[in-house]
Amino acid sequence: MAAPTQHSASAAHAHEDAHAHEGEHGHDDHGHGHGGIGHVLPLKVLFGTWGTLMVLTVLTVTVRSIDLGANINLMIAMLIATVKATLVCLYFMHLRYDNRFHSIVFMSAILLALLFVSFTLMDSTQYQTDAIWGKDDLSPLPY
Amino acid sequence: MTLAIYIFVPLVILGITYAVVHGLTVRGPFIQHHFDDDVHQFDSGKLGIWLFLGQEVLFFSALFVAYIIYRHNHPEVFAYAHQYLDVKMGAINTGVLILSSLTAAWAVRAAQLGQKKLLIGLIIVTLLCAFGFLVIKYFEYEHKAHVGTVFGKRFVPHEAPDGRPIHQPDATPGKTEGGAPAPKEPVNTVGGTKAQPAPGAAPGTPAPGTQPVVPEDPSALRGEPASTATGVGVLPALEAQKRAGVKIDTHASALPPPNTGMFFTIYFAMTGLHGIHVLAGIFVFIWLLIRACRGHFGPRYYGPVDFAALYWHLVDLIWIFLFPLLYLIH
Amino acid sequence: MSTAAHTPNAPHADAGAEPEPSYLVNKRGLRSWLYTLDHKRIGVMYLIGITLSFLLGGAFALLLRLELFSPGAQLWTENQYNQLFTLHGAVMVFLVIIPGLPAALGNFALPLQLGAPDVAFPRLNLFSFYLWCAGASLLLLSLIVNAADTGWTFYTPYSTTTGTAVVPAVGGAFVLGFSSIFTGLNFITTIHKFKPKGMTWFRMPLNLWGIYSTALLQVLATPVLGITLLLLLTERILNIGIFDPALGGDPVLFQHFFWFYSHPAVYIMILPAMAVMSDLITTFSHKHIFGYRFIAYSSIGLAALSFLVWGHHMFVSGQSKLAGMVFSALTFTVAIPSAIKVFNWVATLYKADITLKTPMLYALSFILLFTIGGLTGIFLGALNVDVHLHDTYFVVAHFHYVMMGSALIAFLGALHYWYPKMFGRMFNERVGQVCAIFVFIGFNVTFLPQFVMGARGMARRYFDYDPEFTLYHRISTIGALFMGITLVVSFGNLVWSLFKGPKAPRNPWGGTTLEWQAPSPPPLYNFYANEQPVLYDIYDYDDLVYDEKEGGYVRLPGKKDPPTESHEP
Repeated sequence: MAAPTQHSASAAHAHEDAHAHEGEHGHDDHGHGHGGIGHVLPLKVLFGTWGTLMVLTVLTVTVRSIDLGANINLMIAMLIATVKATLVCLYFMHLRYDNRFHSIVFMSAILLALLFVSFTLMDSTQYQTDAIWGKDDLSPLPY
Repeated sequence: MTLAIYIFVPLVILGITYAVVHGLTVRGPFIQHHFDDDVHQFDSGKLGIWLFLGQEVLFFSALFVAYIIYRHNHPEVFAYAHQYLDVKMGAINTGVLILSSLTAAWAVRAAQLGQKKLLIGLIIVTLLCAFGFLVIKYFEYEHKAHVGTVFGKRFVPHEAPDGRPIHQPDATPGKTEGGAPAPKEPVNTVGGTKAQPAPGAAPGTPAPGTQPVVPEDPSALRGEPASTATGVGVLPALEAQKRAGVKIDTHASALPPPNTGMFFTIYFAMTGLHGIHVLAGIFVFIWLLIRACRGHFGPRYYGPVDFAALYWHLVDLIWIFLFPLLYLIH
Repeated sequence: MSTAAHTPNAPHADAGAEPEPSYLVNKRGLRSWLYTLDHKRIGVMYLIGITLSFLLGGAFALLLRLELFSPGAQLWTENQYNQLFTLHGAVMVFLVIIPGLPAALGNFALPLQLGAPDVAFPRLNLFSFYLWCAGASLLLLSLIVNAADTGWTFYTPYSTTTGTAVVPAVGGAFVLGFSSIFTGLNFITTIHKFKPKGMTWFRMPLNLWGIYSTALLQVLATPVLGITLLLLLTERILNIGIFDPALGGDPVLFQHFFWFYSHPAVYIMILPAMAVMSDLITTFSHKHIFGYRFIAYSSIGLAALSFLVWGHHMFVSGQSKLAGMVFSALTFTVAIPSAIKVFNWVATLYKADITLKTPMLYALSFILLFTIGGLTGIFLGALNVDVHLHDTYFVVAHFHYVMMGSALIAFLGALHYWYPKMFGRMFNERVGQVCAIFVFIGFNVTFLPQFVMGARGMARRYFDYDPEFTLYHRISTIGALFMGITLVVSFGNLVWSLFKGPKAPRNPWGGTTLEWQAPSPPPLYNFYANEQPVLYDIYDYDDLVYDEKEGGYVRLPGKKDPPTESHEP
């Protein structure tokens, strides 16, 4: 009654999310031969990332003193921060070499946060003018 | 405030004690029975920590939402108040955190390669950076408490951002420079302190040459809920100024615009929560240090180091955004 | 874990020589329970806590209904009434419904359905349970000190100014939130990493799809509640002013923060209920589920949509016109995945061989009540109608149909469904069936009149009312008492069966998911070491036949091979 094709349910769980690093090549001093789990970051990459981050920090502080208008300055500051954050994610946090699902989790959290911001901001800019601050032009009912 | 300290101090002691005791007593084998093998365990842990980081992003998200909304609606407050912050301190702290991120990432590498001494050294450097960050933060907080640039109602600055003293109006009505009646002291309805004489609702006095601030809706000043559920009836002093066509001066020697306390509310909420995360990171790294000294980590088992480092990078990430948002407002 | 050779599937072959004791008795003593890492024991402890909270919350509800039996003051003062409905709401939402299906029954069923020995992080699982206990204690501390009277939503600015003990209540909800986050995190990881070989995503039981989408919401939405409540606490303790209009703060922002979590929270409550329904309905119809992929996708779709509609709670409380319109339009889209599920369940029932056991009766009530609850939600999603119906008993009836009529009924159905597996005893079927029918009747008697009086203008959360509403309120109160008694009887039936019930077979209902291959109750690692479960096609009922001697269903030997790789449902 036991067909040989039957497979046990709990033996050896399928690691369907295979290690992403298996297919990752290109760095010469990769520690693939170390007999361990996961991807080993080369020192070059580590220090390169760190150096870039420090340079960007100095840059963002100096750019601040150049007046390009408040909005452009804010955009530049945010752009630099985003680049820095991306570097940290990709290299320090290994996302570039990691299972892609981890990036999806992290990105979806950030997307939800953006969604949260955008809807709330949309609402707030509206009610700030038509409900709260602008007493005069307030319609008798919100609808 | 004292209540917060009573809760906070025991929690810190508890955290450190737990980290030390657990680190000293935890025993192998470190592969738990329900995992197939070490790879299975490591992968599960990694997914778990990434989900945790996802929730951390959303945990902080509401503060960023609050920041964006208030900055969008009150740009002059942010433009003025950020001048109280010391960019140098912020920049140094950014450097310190980035350095600690490097050492944390490097520590993972050391653990993967089984370099025990290097691992211990790197964890110690990470810990020192974390302490350094908190110490710098402490001096910043201390300075703010000293100058009176604290959150909400407690925002009573004694000096302008450029260091010139601000004379707070005394509590007697009708004696302010601008000639306007001093606004009524807000009643703290929830049992806070009334000790500070100046209100945050319509703080300070208008700068010479500007229109006096005339609060139109007294309920807004008394901190009454008024009809806020529908948003009707709250007309902050700022709007009165705006309507009167007054351009609010955000220069460092000017007086603070209305509701400047809101900037510090957000500043303290964001950096405070971030600081708590740094503190939690310290507990984790103390725990890691003890375990690293006991030689637990190696190429086949370094999950805790990796996960702690991931958490630490997230703390760094948040600071990377906090720094320009709070310190580098143009 | 064991990688011993696996004996062929023989669910009832070695009933005589049980190699391992069941999880209930493998270790004895209180300590063995308090320190346990076994997901089943943690599930049972949750179940006990949640049942007690449910009875407490139900008692609050009855005290409220008794007050409303006649106009004017009856039992309580106005303030006590406010405190009672706050506690009723907070206990039911935070202590009962949110953890009910995922944490209590999900904890028990999830690893079993995966054929896994435990969840991915057993220690975190126990930690979540203790967080739940801590949160529950804090919430109840508020009851002892001076219960909060803000409503379970803790709206500012009232919650920052009222003199009642808001801090412990909010603190409790904050801690409970983290309990929920850690449970969700654990479950996602478990489903990802512990799926057995051969169980692809689209061969998982639909219950797991539901738990998975719930867990996504728990992880991604609950932290926003955490930070919101944290800000509320600091606002209340330190007066930071973030929600205080007098300091430039914005109380409407609190509502955005709160509902950004609390709308998804509605789906944290209803998605696992729907998930369980898919399994109950197929099991008792003995028929393959209709539209597997649609149900699976609709779970994920609901989870995703739930993040886009939070503003429909704020139509008349300060939100702008533009946001109101956007949120209203988005709200209607929620009807699509919900309806997909209902249609698929009904299609599954069509021409099926239905056994009307207790869990199935609950499942059928669920379909009916959820349909009513869902359809009335469309009324409320329409902007102009909502202006009239907002904060009336229509809303109260609507969300009770969804929260209680759907989520809690599903909880009761699932509890009866897995009870034999949990404790190895059969409850009295007849009593169970009668209770299921009576709960359905009592529920409708309680809440249908509320739709009517709500539409006629009876405002919710009022301590007193116009005499014209007396009749509706009386019917409602009588229904609530009836339902309360029935629920106590049905729990009594379950407790009775622990001691006197006949021994349960492995598969009393004819379920095909893996937990029914485990012994009832299962041993520590869920399956005997020499008898690992075999994965057949989930939802293929052809090989299962009822065996009189066993008292349950057994699989016909050799009739069909397990599924081949190419199979798609």
